[in-house]
Amino acid sequence: MKVTRHILAYEVKDLFRSTWLIVYAAFYALLTAGLLYYGGGGRAAVLSLINVILTLIPLVGLLYGTMYLYASRDFIELLLSQPVSRRALFRGMYAGLALPLSAAFAVGVLVPVAMFWSTIEDAGSLLMTIISAGVALTLVFVAVAFVIANVVEDRVRGMSIAIFVWLGATVLYDGLILYVVNVFSEYPLEIPVLVLALLNPVDLARIILLLNFDISALMGYTGAVFERFFGTWLGIGLSSLALLVWLGVPLVLGLRRFRVKDF
Amino acid sequence: MISVRNLEKSYGRLKVLRDLSLDVTKGRVTAVLGPNAAGKTTLIKCILGLATPDSGAISVGGVNVAVDYRYRESIGYMPQKATFPENLTAREVIRFLQDLRSAGHDYDTTLLRDFEIESDLNKPLRSLSGGTRQKISASIAFLFNPRLLILDEPTAGLDPRSSSKFKDRILQFRSDGGTVILTSHIMSEVDELADQVVYLNAGRVAFEGKPREMRERTGTDRLERAIARLMEEVVK
Repeated sequence: MKVTRHILAYEVKDLFRSTWLIVYAAFYALLTAGLLYYGGGGRAAVLSLINVILTLIPLVGLLYGTMYLYASRDFIELLLSQPVSRRALFRGMYAGLALPLSAAFAVGVLVPVAMFWSTIEDAGSLLMTIISAGVALTLVFVAVAFVIANVVEDRVRGMSIAIFVWLGATVLYDGLILYVVNVFSEYPLEIPVLVLALLNPVDLARIILLLNFDISALMGYTGAVFERFFGTWLGIGLSSLALLVWLGVPLVLGLRRFRVKDF
Repeated sequence: MISVRNLEKSYGRLKVLRDLSLDVTKGRVTAVLGPNAAGKTTLIKCILGLATPDSGAISVGGVNVAVDYRYRESIGYMPQKATFPENLTAREVIRFLQDLRSAGHDYDTTLLRDFEIESDLNKPLRSLSGGTRQKISASIAFLFNPRLLILDEPTAGLDPRSSSKFKDRILQFRSDGGTVILTSHIMSEVDELADQVVYLNAGRVAFEGKPREMRERTGTDRLERAIARLMEEVVK
């Protein structure tokens, strides 16, 4: 664990000096402040924020994660020539990338919410839920990026796959669900739709967010089915559990690949 | 010091190392030579555990490299390309590596002084020239008082003065009992440093012996000519 901690600390230091991370945090701060200022802290502002988070966090996690790993390849080689286990290096690198990205997002949202605290309905719950969902998505998609960058040697191909995964998870998947619902509209679809929702981390995060804010009318088909089927709290619990699986599986796959990968 | 037995390594359908066996003797400088894509870097990477052989065995100081990564405590490595995290300073990278290696080391900073780069250590690595980064990489290889040095084309980016200092340091290291493996395309450097030459071709050892033996075998008086003749022989 000591080695992991050292790698984590060094990577955090490296990332916090990158302008990019500051821009990322500033973007969320400006966006949240703008939405809260013009939306008056109501549900419309919260929904807009949720939509941006659900789209942008997977994109940044995937692209930044793959880019960082490809760019660090030579340095990883140097680190692996030290008496360091691959497992410790993988853990340190993952945490060192996912935590600063999560922190940048959290700070970006936290500061404006604190500024507009009194104007926001149920500000504490809003802050907790949005930050938890954003951090969970960051952790999941950086883990997916680690699988892509460790499996695909070619940088251009790896980045293309990352973009395709993002497009699939944020746009195409919803289209697929709507298509299924349309084509099989005469059949009972609750269970298949629930399964489909569990298979996409973005849908899971959306469900958690919308169930939490009790805006079932706006939560789309999967969210509505989730609430009807499980009720709010069981729904949130189940989606959170499924998100944990979504975090664990790519991490295990990424580590397995990293341990045998040729550098 | 290093024993390589029946090593095979392929990348996809490309066979890079074929039944390669080799011994590197303690206290000597062994140069691994060969044309491009002969398998030199792959061999080094297998010794360092950066690439996993398809079959065969490697031991360093009696330790099977596939079993225990801690054998790398005794190794200093200088890769072909010196790439570091751009936002950190060289001093931070060095401290980071010291932390990774854990406490209890005496650090050998001779090269940092010899290269006169101590003032560059506090600058972000992105602002340093390729040559200075190469010097930092060379200094890092010596930093932890290794018993084995693995140098992949070490002087390629160094100016003549630095290259000369570096070679002096390598020779000093050898006379102190250290073992060196190096790859290079600069034959004058190999002539100056190497006690033993291993010539690889298409993943196999085509020649193993002293530089003098290589010259005698090929009937030439310079190592560069000897290597060129060896390459021609292999092509025929």
